[in-house]
Amino acid sequence: MEDAREALLVLDGLTKAFGDFVAVRDVRLDIRESEFFTLVGPSGSGKTTMIRMLVGMEQPTSGEIRLNGRVLNQVPANRRPTCMVFQDLALFPHKSVGENIEFPLKIAGVAPRVRRERASALLRQLRLPVDYYDKGVNQCSGGERQRIALARALAFDPQILFFDEPLAALDFRLRKTLEKELKDIHRETGKTFVYITHSLEEAMVMSDRIGIMKNGGLVQIGTPHEIYNRPVNKFVAQFMGEVNTLEVEAAGAHAVREVQGEGTFEVRDMPEHFTRGFLIIRPEVMKLGPAAAGAANTVSGRLFNDYALGSRVQYQVRSAGGAQWLVERLQDDPFEGASDGEVTLGWRPEDSILVSE
Amino acid sequence: MSGRPAASERAAPTGVRRWWRRPGPLCAFPVSLFLLAGFAGPLVIVLAYSFMPPRTFSLRQAPTLENFASVISDSYYLSFFWSLFLATTAVLILFLVCYPIAYGMAKLFGRWANLVTALVALPLLISENIRLFGWVLVLLKNGILDGTLQQLFGVSVSGLLYTVPAIVLGLVYVYLPFMLFPLVIGISMVPESLKEAAADLGASRFEIFREVELPLSMPGIMIGGILSFILALGSLAESKILGGQTVIMIADDIESAFTFAQNWPKGSVLSVLLIALSGLIVVMLFRNIDLDRIIGRR
Repeated sequence: MEDAREALLVLDGLTKAFGDFVAVRDVRLDIRESEFFTLVGPSGSGKTTMIRMLVGMEQPTSGEIRLNGRVLNQVPANRRPTCMVFQDLALFPHKSVGENIEFPLKIAGVAPRVRRERASALLRQLRLPVDYYDKGVNQCSGGERQRIALARALAFDPQILFFDEPLAALDFRLRKTLEKELKDIHRETGKTFVYITHSLEEAMVMSDRIGIMKNGGLVQIGTPHEIYNRPVNKFVAQFMGEVNTLEVEAAGAHAVREVQGEGTFEVRDMPEHFTRGFLIIRPEVMKLGPAAAGAANTVSGRLFNDYALGSRVQYQVRSAGGAQWLVERLQDDPFEGASDGEVTLGWRPEDSILVSE
Repeated sequence: MSGRPAASERAAPTGVRRWWRRPGPLCAFPVSLFLLAGFAGPLVIVLAYSFMPPRTFSLRQAPTLENFASVISDSYYLSFFWSLFLATTAVLILFLVCYPIAYGMAKLFGRWANLVTALVALPLLISENIRLFGWVLVLLKNGILDGTLQQLFGVSVSGLLYTVPAIVLGLVYVYLPFMLFPLVIGISMVPESLKEAAADLGASRFEIFREVELPLSMPGIMIGGILSFILALGSLAESKILGGQTVIMIADDIESAFTFAQNWPKGSVLSVLLIALSGLIVVMLFRNIDLDRIIGRR
């Protein structure tokens, strides 16, 4: 897969400071041709500043942005062969749907008849009715407006298409539909997509690779599979969703001790020089009740509550030491146990992840 | 206004007596009375006088179109032309002068915008005539400007006062706030992200202005333009004080008819025609430019 050529977009020590506040700190990242790359981070992690530098609306304090080997730092937004779908979509309210989509073509000096054909083709590609051409953008629904914004960006024919959390404001079901549509569009067009979001779940659905940001720096870069199975620290693991996190210290070659006295647990892989850190166990790998019997690691406690999560049911167990544990099972395989009853939970050493920070 | 259906359901008022008790009409009553007596009343009287025989002072006479005929056959069209021409010129110059200032106030000056606002608004506290006489002193032969230039560079600019450009200067100077403040509001209504999106899609500074900023700030431009145009169209002091007798604007004619010539019906006809002209222009502008469409409300 990898060749000697430089990646399509290279961020080389990219840094942005506003006064004393460093919003983006020494980011090094390669984005490859035709990939769907997502930057994920909580609000304030610097991802918006980062994407604004990449499209040319913010000047880096130091470092380089190279597209096809050409340094882009000083190139203004309107001269860059990239474009962005904005968080608020930034559709022109005084222009019709068609005029919005045609906007980049009009600026490029394309003849009216040609750009109208192109706009109609894009409407079809994004599954919008072709008679929407003359409709006002404010008369369209949220999902339709998303598609119009995407069509307008595609009309620009960018080398890289950036997305600044465009789905954040939509309701859950529409967001799920549009996530898949976006991934389909990515396949159809073969373009390079760089997407930012605060939802790792959203990133997982769509991305080829994910970069996780925290406090202006990249914490981990990897495929969704890698991020899910091998988080580098507690932050990434917890960002993924609800997990059981135990603060532990080393207690032998393959064992760690929970610092509050919950017990000593067996682990399979111990990082080198590990002294103190966190043991992470996903709720869905936890066994509950009889299923936990014979597991290498067990904890006993009291079943406190259960929550229906749709396809799964989550159980909260409180152990004698006061810790809260989460266990998840498929909803068609629920745990048959009395509430407040004594239960045992357990997990296999290979199902836990040990991180230093 | 009637966004409170609950109130009407509760009280279920019928008939005029009940209608009066509702808070809306009750609150509006004093100002309605004031507007009827102070605004609509005089206009009706002026309209009535325009149909009275020339040089009469009674409204109890048979209506006639004599005044309209004499105004049309006379050379008043010249005054109308000058008023229209000077007002249009002033509005165009005002737009060019005010747009950059308004842009700065809306987007660039930050905290200093308040200072600029105060500086622009402060002269409004002083009588317009006094400010115009100030300009007379500046533009006068051997006045402040002429004298200073003679003293420093030996150049004389003595012919500035009592010219058409002096009147335009006066109009621009006096009506600047009426163009500026609506423009500030219009420009600040343009979302920054739309300009960024346009730039991102390849638009240059000028293309962003043409495609996004100008159309979206059109409500402010229209209001500023109409305000300053109507005010300049009916202006009197600028042409008298800075223009001398170079040109006669229509308000000048109206004043002469009412005072000097003691011909109220003629003055009324000229007033009615001026109001009709202003109204016609405003209606035409609003008909051709659909503000709701511009700002995307439909």
